[in-house]
Amino acid sequence: MATHDNEEILTGICLGAFGAYVAFEAFELPYVSEYGPGPGFFPLWIGIGVTLLSLVLVFANFFAVAADESREHQSRLAIGRALVGWSGLILAISLLHWLGFGLSLALLTVFLILALERRPLWTALSVAFGLALGFHVIFVLALGLSLPSGPWGF
Amino acid sequence: MESVGNLLLGFSVALTPGNLFWCFVGTFLGTVVGILPGLGPAATIAMLLPLTFKMDHTGAIIMLAGIYYGSKYGGSTTSILLNVPGESASVVTCLDGYQMARQGRAGPALGISAIASFVAGTVGVLGLMLVAPPLARFALRFGPPEYFALMALGLAMVVFLAGKSMIKGLLAMLVGLWLAGVGTDLFTAESRFTFGHMELLDGIDFVVVSIGIFAVAEVMINMESRGGTELFKIPKGLRNLMPTLQDLKDCRFAFLNGSIVGFLIGVLPGAGSTISSFLSYGVEKAFSRHPEKFGTGVIEGVAAPEGANNSDIGGSMVPLLTLGIPGSNTTAILLAALILWGFKPGPLLIQDNPGMFWGLVASMYIGNIMLLVLNLPLVPLFAQILRVPYFVLYPGILGISIVGVYSVSNSLFDVWLLGLFGLLGYAMRKLDFPAAPLVLGMVLGDGMERALRQSLMMSEGHLSILVSRPLSASMLILALLIVIMPMVNKVRSFKMKAVEQEV
Repeated sequence: MATHDNEEILTGICLGAFGAYVAFEAFELPYVSEYGPGPGFFPLWIGIGVTLLSLVLVFANFFAVAADESREHQSRLAIGRALVGWSGLILAISLLHWLGFGLSLALLTVFLILALERRPLWTALSVAFGLALGFHVIFVLALGLSLPSGPWGF
Repeated sequence: MESVGNLLLGFSVALTPGNLFWCFVGTFLGTVVGILPGLGPAATIAMLLPLTFKMDHTGAIIMLAGIYYGSKYGGSTTSILLNVPGESASVVTCLDGYQMARQGRAGPALGISAIASFVAGTVGVLGLMLVAPPLARFALRFGPPEYFALMALGLAMVVFLAGKSMIKGLLAMLVGLWLAGVGTDLFTAESRFTFGHMELLDGIDFVVVSIGIFAVAEVMINMESRGGTELFKIPKGLRNLMPTLQDLKDCRFAFLNGSIVGFLIGVLPGAGSTISSFLSYGVEKAFSRHPEKFGTGVIEGVAAPEGANNSDIGGSMVPLLTLGIPGSNTTAILLAALILWGFKPGPLLIQDNPGMFWGLVASMYIGNIMLLVLNLPLVPLFAQILRVPYFVLYPGILGISIVGVYSVSNSLFDVWLLGLFGLLGYAMRKLDFPAAPLVLGMVLGDGMERALRQSLMMSEGHLSILVSRPLSASMLILALLIVIMPMVNKVRSFKMKAVEQEV
């Protein structure tokens, strides 16, 4: 029985919409300038290319005789775990300005170890302290890089 | 014979205790700089430049050049061990290098990387010594149409990087080309796709994208299961941590390929070591007896690009020293250094300063040996990094990623972009979109658009300029063949299957 790969079709539709957006935005830019091709020239063709290839992706999967059985169906739980980890990273990035690099990295480490790995608190705290200290010694003290610092100077 | 005499003069300069010391300092610093993200060779040379004013100038250029080529040796380390490409030329090394590390072959990957760097780096210096002036004149024949054709040839490598689906590979490449165009248009100063963010006017840095879609995405994949996926096995014993004789045998062609491609691309100002590493990987895969295994941890997939980005150094010194044309940020700073010290890089440099020129060439031979001796014993030590428990390793990789991205331009906006590209990389992995074509498109996009627009300006809008010049025409034909050949093969195998079914 003919089945569609909905994941692929949805990806193709999203990419097609993105390609159309790029082409539309590029269309607003001058295609030709007094110096030759304008700033809209290259992106317009990129947008058209993305749209056309996305259509091929959609149609290829829509008319596919059978879905690719070798492809693993993604576990929602696994994706959820990865997204929780990513949220931790985003939270740490948002704290960089306020708390500085050292403390943000330490908090991210504690979060990942406690929330995802379910390890004891003391393990999380000692790894966080060690990492923050190691980064400070190598990158700030030894290499002289300037990293975001909090009110306490690191 | 003249070259031999000149080289002997060079060795008499390079082997003095002072110059040997500066060569060691340069190569050692270069290795450290290459391993640690956040401090590239260009920044290191720029920082050390004021300190060299009171030094002997030959010793100073030997040290600065040592930092330049030493950083290429170290650049592969984080790519292989952590999937974090410290610089654009190391991206290709991630493809097979990291897979080797996952299979417990981090040691051989690091070892072959050092050996390929040594072999190709030495060939690059040999090229610099023997063919510098005629090659420099040849490189000058490259105008915008030739550069466009070269970039097209580079993009044709998508065929070898696309993986299972060519359509997905092409889509990823086009997204990379689009990303390269974000920012201010260099010709008209018009802003494109900046979404109202001032920070995007300068464009998106390559490091941000590559670290996001390689390193952050990899960490996310490993976070999917508790305890991480079982990745890092390290065999015991020194013998298992070094490349075997069979590995070296397998890499014979890769050494040669990396050396030649790297040197030739290096000679072209502006082409860069990233193109040479992608091209050499493509050539290696095209001529391999098992192309389907590339991307799964093939040792030639590490040797070819690592060789190319080292041989590229010898090539890039050709236009710098013989024409005074820098081809990259680092060579631009080296040019500034030469001018500040009172040299005049150009056709008369070799004639006017034979001691400095040949001393530098000879020091590069010595430096490559020093780097091999420095790097090979460090392989077992570096491989131990993979013994670190995953719950320490992953926050560490994320920390290194943030430091690497932030230090590009001290911008928190770039760190936000890192998070965004990490999510994009993860989505690409889950949906089977290859990441390498996106990076390829991003690296080549800017130069390709510039070359195309310059070509069309030269010809007043006629595309025929791209095919009317022999060099560009032949490169474009080659690119077309590379793209078409797999399709022809696919149609042929489809027909064969149909015939077999009929029978």
